[in-house]
Amino acid sequence: MRETDDCIRRPVFFRKLLNAVMWLLSAAGVALAVFCMLWILWSVIRNGAGVIGLDFLFCGSKPPGEPDNGVGNAILGTVFITLTAVVIGVPAAFAGGVGLAIYGQNSRIGNLIRFSVNVMMGLPSILAGVFVYALLVVTTGHRSGFAGSLSLAIILFPVVMRTTEDMILMVPAAVHESSLALGMTRARSVLCIVCRSIKGGLATGILLAVARTAGETAPLLFTALWSDAWPWHYFTQPTANLPVLINEYTTNSPSEEMHAMGWGAAFLITITLLLMNLALRFICREKKHA
Amino acid sequence: MLKQTLAVAAMGLALCADAAEITVNGVGASFPAPVYRVWTYGFSNVKKNVRVNYQPLGSGAGINQIKAGTANFGGSDKPLEISELSKAGLLQFPMLSGGVVPICNLPGVKNNQLKLDAQVLADIFLGKITNWSDPRIAALNPGLRLPKLKITVVHRSDSSGTTYIFTDYLAKVSREWAEKVGAGSDVKWPAGIGGSKNPGVCNMVRKSRGAIGYTEYTFAAEYRIPVVMLKNREGKFVSADSKAFSAAAAHADWKAEEGFRQMLTDQPGHDSWPIVGVTYILIHRDQKNAAEARAMLDYFKWCFKSGRATAAKMHYVPMPQNVVDKIAHYWKSEITVGGRKNAL
Amino acid sequence: MFELFRKKENLRDRAFMILTLLCAFLPLAAAVGFLILLGGNSAEAFRTFGFGFLVSTQWDPVQELYGALPAISGTLLTTVIALGIAAPLGFITALFLVNAPEWLGHPLSQALDLLAAIPSIIYGMWGLFVLAPVMQDYIQPFLADTLRLGKLPFVGEDYNGFGFLTAGLILALMVLPYICAVMRDVFRMTPGPLREAAYGIGCTSWEVASDIVLRYGLRGILGAVFIGLGRALGETMAVLFVIGGIAELPDSLFGSGTTIAATLANNFNEADGLLRSVLFALGLILMLLSLSVQAAAQLYLRNMDRKRGEK
Repeated sequence: MRETDDCIRRPVFFRKLLNAVMWLLSAAGVALAVFCMLWILWSVIRNGAGVIGLDFLFCGSKPPGEPDNGVGNAILGTVFITLTAVVIGVPAAFAGGVGLAIYGQNSRIGNLIRFSVNVMMGLPSILAGVFVYALLVVTTGHRSGFAGSLSLAIILFPVVMRTTEDMILMVPAAVHESSLALGMTRARSVLCIVCRSIKGGLATGILLAVARTAGETAPLLFTALWSDAWPWHYFTQPTANLPVLINEYTTNSPSEEMHAMGWGAAFLITITLLLMNLALRFICREKKHA
Repeated sequence: MLKQTLAVAAMGLALCADAAEITVNGVGASFPAPVYRVWTYGFSNVKKNVRVNYQPLGSGAGINQIKAGTANFGGSDKPLEISELSKAGLLQFPMLSGGVVPICNLPGVKNNQLKLDAQVLADIFLGKITNWSDPRIAALNPGLRLPKLKITVVHRSDSSGTTYIFTDYLAKVSREWAEKVGAGSDVKWPAGIGGSKNPGVCNMVRKSRGAIGYTEYTFAAEYRIPVVMLKNREGKFVSADSKAFSAAAAHADWKAEEGFRQMLTDQPGHDSWPIVGVTYILIHRDQKNAAEARAMLDYFKWCFKSGRATAAKMHYVPMPQNVVDKIAHYWKSEITVGGRKNAL
Repeated sequence: MFELFRKKENLRDRAFMILTLLCAFLPLAAAVGFLILLGGNSAEAFRTFGFGFLVSTQWDPVQELYGALPAISGTLLTTVIALGIAAPLGFITALFLVNAPEWLGHPLSQALDLLAAIPSIIYGMWGLFVLAPVMQDYIQPFLADTLRLGKLPFVGEDYNGFGFLTAGLILALMVLPYICAVMRDVFRMTPGPLREAAYGIGCTSWEVASDIVLRYGLRGILGAVFIGLGRALGETMAVLFVIGGIAELPDSLFGSGTTIAATLANNFNEADGLLRSVLFALGLILMLLSLSVQAAAQLYLRNMDRKRGEK
């Protein structure tokens, strides 16, 4: 009651002024945030767009001063590492999401699992690297692209699992139940009926998560490391990849050429991920309108 | 999940199987890593069937992995004691040397203008001299107008061979440094802020007025940051360049029976730069695989011979010819394959 | 024949259940695995330093004496700075974006969301090469000298572009899209009649936001802050290059220090022996911090639910 009194006692002029000030501030806040985003983009474009070319995209990385220098091996390595992470992580996470959605409602264990999913989602990504280091690098004695994949899969897993569960729960129970009533098994009902209805949204969610993970650097520092070689020894040797290459080139090299290439690689990965993001959002939006 | 992992692993093994070539794996010091990268690339162009990998994971990792036998050679900025070498069955020889230089950012002070001696340098890094207008700095720099500006000390935030060489020098020349801080690849810094890796230090020095830091010479040269002149052991001010680094290396007495153990900091000689580090290679005395051993020694020989020019271009100092000869002899007399001598 | 078919189907159903449940248990197993592996590897550190490790401020690699307090406090400080900036900023940006006309609000919301799509290493590079010089030349002199904030305790008159404030700013920018997205949902979820009633009695739109939406959606807003908190705690690459990297307790806003994640990134690859164990211990601490943030968030949300249920 008191609060409403206060509200009424404030002079109108003051209230209007406060409103205007806050309105201005919030507009300024948005402007600042968008400005910073454009600023980051602009820095990446200005420093990095210049070196993009066929050599840059398709030749392997070499020491500075060599001709035909590129980041082709790192691009391929990033593709290897990310795809393997998807292969390891996504199907299992999808299955886990399905299991949790169907069997894990209103149960103590289900809630515990849900809590652990949240914990793993909030887990600092560098810890995934430390964990895989202890699990795989120490035991096998070498860093490898595969170790990098595993750490990315650990990051990907809870996100995909949670997305799957949320999406399935959004499907009206009636859809599931009616297919069960028709004599379908649970497995078939979930895979053929329920998941079909959320296919688009699920794919978008998963791809967005993959795009986020593909740009992660911290988990790869201790696992995949980097290398000048092409990633044919992905399972046994440090493997070239874009994020760690960017880190090495821009922050651990004396040569201007390598700095430029580092920015080029940064440009490449930023633009690819942004475009992927925009495309996914666009497709998602189209679907909704249709 | 396990099934998929296994399937993927099987696929990977199939991929790896294409390696009909010989792979030589090295792990170790990051100080010479820029040169090693050029060398391994250059060597791969000459010898198509040999692949040399070098992972710059630090001297500690180099020593551990060669002891554990998970690498063909290890790199270290810290020479091992002869007792440790023989206990672990290792051989040790120098590969390269290079200079570590103090760099500064002072308005109006250009490259090789500021002069410091060992005591003042140590006291700056100890945080005892905190302003550029300090009389002790002025006394060393008559004719140079030094601003009244706070000194910002910049050091490495990660552990590194560069730090080991630099702190080894400070510990040699300043008793207080030796007692309070000591030498190591990372230390408890009494003053200043930390930059990550060499470029981190360079960027911080370049961007803050009144900063002083230290870095491998290559980085100072490439970034065009003013280098400080230092007073060497003979009391002469020297400017940092490859000549001054080689002078320091030339005064050393390399002995094979001691595993060529040398610290090239604070060396005698009028032209010697006082802060020079040597980086070492560790290999097993008894090689298991003759082909790999041969390929590895081929690589080292190639580095000593054809790699000289690249090393010099990158401001490192290749080993003098007489030392290279000694090393070749050392290999010949010491290395065995499966217990047999003269097998290579 | 038909019976057999049914049995087979049943079997399949059983297999499906087991398989999906096994997969569902993986995150739990992973979380436990993390604790075991990090705990096991950090045993040596805790054996050597005891639990004094947590409150010790020393970091002397030569003597092999390590303490976790500088990294812990640096982590907390950067997180507090980041959220201190990002939470109010997220609130007012959400206010604008929800109230703005669709043609303006939608693209701007999308643009803000894209901030989350930029990899963290890019933030790090941008911070090091672009933001840090701007901080040194314009922002810090303005704050310290023009506004005379430098005289305040815990701000510091010495600035060099790096340090907690710079790291906090970058982190704020990184967590802003997450916070802002949740806050937009909160604004939208406030029942229309409630807002309209407030407008009806003559409230300004700021009053509606601060008196009605903020209170109604407090739960969601705090949820948003928790999300940001989790993100900011363990961010590595964006902080690493600008934090200044010294193992000392934070002494001022413009001063340098370190965070747990930055310490790991700086030292882990080259560490062995005791130092490696110490780094694992720091990782364990980071994991427990992040876990307790999550637990607090869940507990808080559950309590809110219960309270609402009682009403």
